[in-house]
Amino acid sequence: MQGYRKIEIIVGIFVFVGIVAIAGLAIKLGQIGGLSSSGYELTAVFEDVGGIRVGGDVMMAGVSIGRVADVSLDDDSEAHLLLEINEGIKISTDAIATVRTKGIIGERYIRITQGADEESLNDGDEIEETESAINIEDLVSKYIFSPDNKE
Amino acid sequence: MRRLLTHIFGAIGRSTLSSLQRTGDATMLSLRALCCFFMPPWQGSHIVRQLYALGVGSLIIIAITGAFTGMVLALQGYYMLAKFGSESLLGSAIALSIIRELGPVLAAFMLIGRAGSSITAEIGIMRVTEQLDALQMMAVNPVGRIIMPRILATVIALPLLVAIFDVVGLAAGYVIGVDLLGVNAGAFIGEMVTKVAMEDLNIGWIKAAGFGLLIGAICTWYGYRAEATTEGVARATTQAVVLSCVSVLVLDYILTSFFL
Repeated sequence: MQGYRKIEIIVGIFVFVGIVAIAGLAIKLGQIGGLSSSGYELTAVFEDVGGIRVGGDVMMAGVSIGRVADVSLDDDSEAHLLLEINEGIKISTDAIATVRTKGIIGERYIRITQGADEESLNDGDEIEETESAINIEDLVSKYIFSPDNKE
Repeated sequence: MRRLLTHIFGAIGRSTLSSLQRTGDATMLSLRALCCFFMPPWQGSHIVRQLYALGVGSLIIIAITGAFTGMVLALQGYYMLAKFGSESLLGSAIALSIIRELGPVLAAFMLIGRAGSSITAEIGIMRVTEQLDALQMMAVNPVGRIIMPRILATVIALPLLVAIFDVVGLAAGYVIGVDLLGVNAGAFIGEMVTKVAMEDLNIGWIKAAGFGLLIGAICTWYGYRAEATTEGVARATTQAVVLSCVSVLVLDYILTSFFL
């Protein structure tokens, strides 16, 4: 029976190490109990989000304050984003949400610029002021075909 | 002409029916084994013994495989990402490929090689030496006593082994990526944390448990139904290993396409 006790202890250690590994991965990488449970949600409607994906960053002043929880197309063929904002971050009611790109070919993220209003947005509110993704082709064609440049 | 046709179609039909019959038999055997888990006598000590033999026994080889997988992924990923100037994505590239794909599949392969073959050979030799019949003579159900603990042990052990594989692989990838190749440590960890979602981890665990069940079911069945000769056991072991590997890859594709 002495041998079996030893086996039991070693199996116990093995199972414990395995569960610690699972829990560690889930907490560190899966962010259980992190962003998803505490925080609130905002919506924002964009004309063009330039292919942003669920999980994309929401940044304010270059600091990550949340993530994109859902991307969908609404009835007016506009992009409807659900943003998860971390607990304790106050966003004024006249804040501006912009789709930006990290670097030149980097991924898209949402930049939020704080407004001047004293009141802040609550869970479920919409960010009214939005600015679509910058499309280089549009910029070029706008420059070429703008009336100022026609002489 | 007619004889040739009947011969060809007869051969196709016979092999189809026999493989269906074997699949059904294997499924029934593992279902019976799982039923035995809920029926007395309680086989706790046998499950623990099998966890020791299959799980703890495979630990070292899985850790080594994980370490080298992480290391080679760091080198290859760096080589590829450097071409786009986005070395900072190395962390997420390593993490996603290990957690979603390579961890479960490579750990399953190692478990097949290390434990699956020994399951088949052990049960096959019990068949040859009539130990299974002896158990039955003593009114001990061989399915509950021999098959069930082994299937259960692979199902429990593989997700744990995969988790250890993931952790070791990521740590090894970090060492190579950050210390050797000079990727920014903050970017490596940050990318890894933001890009890996809980769904990715869940896919890994589901795959691991599925592969564990598959390996347990296939390897025990081949041993249980092995021809009671020396060559029979040898053949059963080879077939069990080959079929387990192939079906792990097929199930992997099915699960990945299902969850994507």
